[in-house]
Amino acid sequence: MAEFVVFAVFALAALAGAFVMLVARNPVYSAIGLLTTMFSIAVFYVLLDAHFIAAIQVIIYTGAVMTLFMFVIMMIGVDRDEDTSERLPYQRPIGIILAIGFAGVIVVAGSGAWVTGSASFAVPDLNGTIETIADELFGTWTVPFLGTVFLLTIAAVGTIALARYGPTGPRPVDDGEEPT
Amino acid sequence: MTLTAGWFMGLAAVLFALGGAGVLLRRNALVMFMSIELMLNAVNLTFVAASKALGQVEGQVATLFVIVVAAAEVTVGLAIIVAIFHRRASADVDEFAELRG
Repeated sequence: MAEFVVFAVFALAALAGAFVMLVARNPVYSAIGLLTTMFSIAVFYVLLDAHFIAAIQVIIYTGAVMTLFMFVIMMIGVDRDEDTSERLPYQRPIGIILAIGFAGVIVVAGSGAWVTGSASFAVPDLNGTIETIADELFGTWTVPFLGTVFLLTIAAVGTIALARYGPTGPRPVDDGEEPT
Repeated sequence: MTLTAGWFMGLAAVLFALGGAGVLLRRNALVMFMSIELMLNAVNLTFVAASKALGQVEGQVATLFVIVVAAAEVTVGLAIIVAIFHRRASADVDEFAELRG
């Protein structure tokens, strides 16, 4: 029962955060809403006994990713309200209809197995500690794990290349002097 | 009421739909990108809920891989947005419609 109360409170927080992200005109408010949702999802991971994933969620998503988002929002200076006047006015209703239809299809497709479905969690209780995940990750999934090493290296190199090279070749190196 | 995996999956479906609506309805590239992150998080939640319901740890390993890929995606995606912004001084995706720089 106590678990259900915690779930209900943070489910409301997650939905409110996602809704704020969707409707806020200012990207900073959108980022704050998404931050709320991601932290709530970390609480759900704790409820599901996925303790390591919960820690990773807080460190990477609410820590690194959202900080990067806020940094970029501030750096490119789009932290002002968005102009929502439409030049092609029929597209927004079509988008709303598509979104509602998509949600409806998901609910219809899953309603047989969800809330009324499997009555309880599996009997061999799973505890998502670092040890259990590491056994699986470095036992069965070693090669895909090494693949992520290449992926992250390529992403880092690509980011540097995107930042370093402009339309006319390498950008001039900043020599640390104040611009005049 | 008891808490089952179905509650988490239903919530994840709603969050996924909200993220999809964000991609469809918003024109700010940064907010569209945040919506994609929300969809990835919703899928992660279903993975972990299924992992708990079935008593198998593979779902949590899959979540770990999704988080790694999402982190790589965020760095490259934001670098692209910043590079486009330096040319266009706008984060509105309608402004990016032409292929000529």
